[in-house]
Amino acid sequence: MKFRGKIVDGACLNHFTRISNMIAKLAKTCTLRISPDKLNFILCDKLANGGVSMWCELEQENFFSEFQMEGFSAENNEIYLELTSENLSRALKTAQNARALKIKLTNKHFPCLTVSVELFSMSSSTRIATHDIPIKVIPRKLWKDLQEPMVPDPDVSIYLPVLKTMKSVVEKMKNISSHLVVEANRDGELNLKIETELVCVTTHFKDLGNPPLASESTSQDRNPEHMAEVHIDIRKLLQFLAGQQVNPTKALCMHRICHSGKKTLLLRVETNETYKRL
Amino acid sequence: MGAEPAGAVRGKGPRARRPRRAGQCWPWFGRRGSMKCLVTGSNVKVLGKAVHSLSRIGDELYLEPLEDGLSLRTVNSSRSAYACFLFAPLFFQQYQATTPGQDLLRCKILMKSFLSVFRSLVMLEKTVEKCCISLNGQSSRLVVQLHCKFGVRKTHNLSFQDCESLQAVFDPALCPHVLRAPARVLGEAVLPFPPALAEVTLGIGRGCRVILRSYHEEDADSTVRAMVTEVCLGEEDFQQLQAQEGAAITFCLKEFRGLLSFAESANLNLCIHFDAPGRPAIFTVKDSLLDGHFVLATLSETDSYSQDLGSLERHRPVPQLQAHSTPHPDDFANDDIDSYMIAMETTIGNEGSRALPSISLSPGPQPPQSPGSPSEEEDEAEPSTVPGTPPPKKVGAEGEGGGGGGGGEGSRLQNSLVPSSSARCSSAPSWPP
Repeated sequence: MKFRGKIVDGACLNHFTRISNMIAKLAKTCTLRISPDKLNFILCDKLANGGVSMWCELEQENFFSEFQMEGFSAENNEIYLELTSENLSRALKTAQNARALKIKLTNKHFPCLTVSVELFSMSSSTRIATHDIPIKVIPRKLWKDLQEPMVPDPDVSIYLPVLKTMKSVVEKMKNISSHLVVEANRDGELNLKIETELVCVTTHFKDLGNPPLASESTSQDRNPEHMAEVHIDIRKLLQFLAGQQVNPTKALCMHRICHSGKKTLLLRVETNETYKRL
Repeated sequence: MGAEPAGAVRGKGPRARRPRRAGQCWPWFGRRGSMKCLVTGSNVKVLGKAVHSLSRIGDELYLEPLEDGLSLRTVNSSRSAYACFLFAPLFFQQYQATTPGQDLLRCKILMKSFLSVFRSLVMLEKTVEKCCISLNGQSSRLVVQLHCKFGVRKTHNLSFQDCESLQAVFDPALCPHVLRAPARVLGEAVLPFPPALAEVTLGIGRGCRVILRSYHEEDADSTVRAMVTEVCLGEEDFQQLQAQEGAAITFCLKEFRGLLSFAESANLNLCIHFDAPGRPAIFTVKDSLLDGHFVLATLSETDSYSQDLGSLERHRPVPQLQAHSTPHPDDFANDDIDSYMIAMETTIGNEGSRALPSISLSPGPQPPQSPGSPSEEEDEAEPSTVPGTPPPKKVGAEGEGGGGGGGGEGSRLQNSLVPSSSARCSSAPSWPP
């Protein structure tokens, strides 16, 4: 298996760093999937009640000026690696004002992802900082658990308000309750509600707009003002909001209530280059 | 000509009779003279920064006004780090080490107490106009007075203990390897390392490149490996580089950062003198008004190290990688494709693959070289037998402050400074450039 990539553009480097910071805030360990035209950061956290799973996709050619990989085999031309997300974000932090960044799969004492940063220095010589991030190669048999999650048709899909505003509201709510109810309808209204014995606080957002629905069949029998609600853990929502450093072009929230009564909340952030689901 | 009251004091000279007060030990105090130093302007902040620097090392500050200047010293609890700042008389607006004919003062203060006076550097810079450190021969308190703007005067009375002089015996001139660079360059070089990193290895690689690499003790049962960071500096970054390729030492980064931040703020050059692994490394800064020395223990080699180095050479799967990693910046076209291959277990059903056997650097904790463990020394190092002298380094000649305290006890305290955790396995990192 081989992988090496090089980023020379400052803006791309910056963007990549911010994405990695976002991942680091969401999960301690994550899976990096390398394929010929994409990079994915995947987190699969299956908990009994209210776990978080994340899928983040980057088009490789939007970032790398050079990119070469050779996967597990010809039929399975992919590489799945597990690493500590903080290591990657710390390594990339060094690259803030770098001339170039190279990232490659190596084996020095142990398998690692080597991030090599070429820094500007006052003197003529280059200064190089190298970070060897230890990784674990994920065996082929586990790949099926890490595939792109299917996005089922939601009951309600709505554009989110400015994330910064939402974050400050949720942060204050965190002090009062540990669970939050997110309600949304097809009329562009979103409510964030917390309820405790003593107090009940709701923040209303109006005129948010709903994206066009994918399938028409589910939409007919639904009253647009009817709210779909989901209870979620505030901390997880806050983690997602806190990690948002990339200014999204759109942020969506989708409610889904499937027939077994299980509810899921899907938060989707799209920018020109990436899209990410929570 | 009437009878004078019993407690009257006549004259101010040292020989004047002072009324005896209960509970004080007069003869000792009487011999000691008064000290007074006055620091003004921006030097107050410099002094404050020096104290901050020293506080990273030890818990007690040894203050000694000498003829050469005011000396502030400290040593850490395991005696693996020693730091000293000497401020020349010209650093002060007024400097009086002692009153004529009296003994020099030597006192030991709790670092926390002294640091609290200089805690806020911002405040020092903005509001403090003068700082006066004084000790009246008879009093039992060291007085530090800050004269601030708007007529505010802050007076700190710190209690202290008399002590013997803290002396470390070392001589930078005996170290074969020397590096000198502006502190700013070194400060930038250590930025990529995590703030919590305890130890770092400094070495000379191929083509006279100076390499700093994070050092982690090999923990055989730990499954989570730490990220390894390496920074490579060119020869041009250094004003002086006199060292052999392959020379390397491992020392405590946290302690080094203490001196580094002082040197950066004072815009000084930092000089590193070192010898073989295990011998202490000496870090110095100097300017016309002050002198700073930090002496840190380095990790020593053991027999297992040399074996492991050999075995590493044999087992290392990608020897070409080393050849290409320095000195030229990597160029993808030149990279040897094969050297980046990872052998992966192809049989399904294998749990993750670390296909190559992990190479452990050392079998387990090795006893440190010196016969006595540092903790034993600690207990005995109180004024009675070994008055505050850290173990003399093997490089041994007369160092700063003279070899006074170290003389007779030198034979008992064997070796160079042992690293701070006495039980740790002391294998130095492999150092092929």
